[in-house]
Amino acid sequence: MNNEHLVQEISLDEMLVNQFDTQFELISANDIEAVTALRKEAMTQFMTTGFPSSSDEKWRNTEIEAFTEENFQYYLTPMEPERDIEDMFRCEVHNFDTEIISLLNGWCADKKPGLKTLPNGIVYGSLRQAMQYFPEIVARNYGKIADFRSNGFVSINTAMVQDGVFIYVPDGVEAEKTLQMIKMIDRRESLFVQSRNLIVLGKNSKLSLMHCDDSINHFKSLINTVTEVFIGENAHFELYKLQNLNNQSGLVNSTFIRQEANSTVKTNTLTFNCGMIRNNITVDLQGENAHADVLGLYLMDKKQHIDNQIYINHNAPHCSSNEKFKGILDDEASAVFNGYIHVARNAQKTNAYQNNNNILLKPTATINTMPFLEIYADDVKCSHGATIGQLDQEAMFYMRSRGISSSNARLLLMYAFAADIINQISIEPLRQRIDDMVKKRLRGELSVCEKCVLHCGMPEKEYHFDIDLSKL
Amino acid sequence: MLLNIKNLHVAINGKEIIKGLNLGVNKGEVHAIMGPNGTGKSTLAAAITGREGYEITQGEIWFKGKNIIGMPAEERANEGIFLSFQYPVEIPGVSMTNFMRTALNAQREYQGLPSVPAGEFLKLMEEKKNLVEIHAKLTNRSVNEGFSGGEKKKNEIFQMAMLQPSLAILDETDSGLDIDALKVVAKGVNELRSDDNAFIVITHYQRLLDFIVPDFVHVLFDGKIVKTGGKNLALELEEKGYEWIKEQYLATSEL
Repeated sequence: MNNEHLVQEISLDEMLVNQFDTQFELISANDIEAVTALRKEAMTQFMTTGFPSSSDEKWRNTEIEAFTEENFQYYLTPMEPERDIEDMFRCEVHNFDTEIISLLNGWCADKKPGLKTLPNGIVYGSLRQAMQYFPEIVARNYGKIADFRSNGFVSINTAMVQDGVFIYVPDGVEAEKTLQMIKMIDRRESLFVQSRNLIVLGKNSKLSLMHCDDSINHFKSLINTVTEVFIGENAHFELYKLQNLNNQSGLVNSTFIRQEANSTVKTNTLTFNCGMIRNNITVDLQGENAHADVLGLYLMDKKQHIDNQIYINHNAPHCSSNEKFKGILDDEASAVFNGYIHVARNAQKTNAYQNNNNILLKPTATINTMPFLEIYADDVKCSHGATIGQLDQEAMFYMRSRGISSSNARLLLMYAFAADIINQISIEPLRQRIDDMVKKRLRGELSVCEKCVLHCGMPEKEYHFDIDLSKL
Repeated sequence: MLLNIKNLHVAINGKEIIKGLNLGVNKGEVHAIMGPNGTGKSTLAAAITGREGYEITQGEIWFKGKNIIGMPAEERANEGIFLSFQYPVEIPGVSMTNFMRTALNAQREYQGLPSVPAGEFLKLMEEKKNLVEIHAKLTNRSVNEGFSGGEKKKNEIFQMAMLQPSLAILDETDSGLDIDALKVVAKGVNELRSDDNAFIVITHYQRLLDFIVPDFVHVLFDGKIVKTGGKNLALELEEKGYEWIKEQYLATSEL
């Protein structure tokens, strides 16, 4: 028996615990004190719970074992890129001028400096470096809302993660350009990848952020990302998540957002492709009159699986939340939507809305959708709804009777369904880009690109099915 | 002959609705099909336009020299058959403009023609919607969504004007219309009438036929055409009802 074989006998959790024990110095080399302390607590937690399994209530419709019981490599230092980084992360989207933060296999890949400060005071770049240059901001916020007890993925992330993105928007500053973090997985082996993002918006500030998860090869990987976002009073934040990974990979994305008074948040999670995705989104409405739009669109086929777990915590009076997820599932794809709304006793005049609509294109596709409402205040307005259906056959015939082929009629109906979410993207060039991607995805033309999908730089080819003519 | 239906039998879920129907329609003609409820008028429209779930158990439907049985609905439409729906379908999220452009370009592609340029298309829309007095904003809305009954029917005629079919079937276009809307719809139809196209007007009542004057009136009963006459037959039916036709038919079929 050779050495290599022995390595493969160790399970992922055992391997990680082992690395933690033997290489703690390396793991915590760039830490501030508070982060190191959290690592130990989080590892103790992980050693008791391990990774979640599908026997856990909150994971019962997602067979996470297919990933946690696999063999992956986990690197404690950045890897040399296997191809030209500049080329990989080049942005060619027309009219979509962004500040790009690149992560390769979980590590900030930007050439030095890894941390940039814009003239208006906005800081963005590597979290590792932020701990060195902005230790107070990190210490004040890191781990404060991403509770490492919430599940094994957050515990192991807190225990072992070493890099990710740090963004700081000072009080009163409105970002001119959208920030775009592009996370690519590219390695000729199966990786377990972790990254940690810390985003802090001061009072009266404004930021829009794109978070793209992409893979550019066909190796199986498991990505575990934890993102914490702090939104100050009267600050406005938009987050667009674009998820386009290969059919072998798994992505666990835990996003924690805390909103102070009069702030607004809009998150839009657009899932185009991936073997397995679990999105945990937690929004704490901490201050009065805060508003959150939590939106999502998932277009899955083959044997892909998407699990969206949304937690909206109304902890203050007069807040509103609007949750809307729509999905189209083809082949044997499966989806889970659980929407939790928690209204605290003092959160009077809460207005919470939740909706999940699904189209199943084949009888083999499945969806599990469930609302969970816990309301302790007595003067609130909460509503929820879920629909599961097929394409409207009456509408299909109506269109075909006008000469439209059944494939185009299907496309029009699916697009119309999805457009509801796409139209809520407020950055116009991005909306157009996403619109193109959705059309491509629905036509079956969007595979995991050789490059990040936002970089494909190929203008949409002329096609007789043109959706939006309203601007003519 | 533009349309020639021979001994047509149509069943829904194994139940025969049309039981040996013959109908010939030439270019330039308007045929009215009348008859009591449940005699197969809408089933006939569905069979001609190729709706799924309508099983043709026997017979032939010839259109422009082709037997169209088995031809998909979209191909029949592109051959020039148009159905004005009794209940036009609402399609939220699909704009009228996009819907119409997709339909028109499908037809042009079928005919081997290039797509219509955007500018020209919008000009055409503008021109045709005036025909049925559709207000400007209508075309920017989703297909039939939130349209009133009258608007929906006008929209059907508008689509017909855009697609210029050689055979248009109007299925109870008069139902749910007030007299003003009825006049607008009829005016639109009359302006589209030519020596190159034909109409089949399905209706309960004679009222519509005051405005769209037919060359032939057929009475459909028990899945067959039991009586054919000129436009005066419609007046006679209005006056005397359908009972005498039923009696006549039952008397002959018992022989």
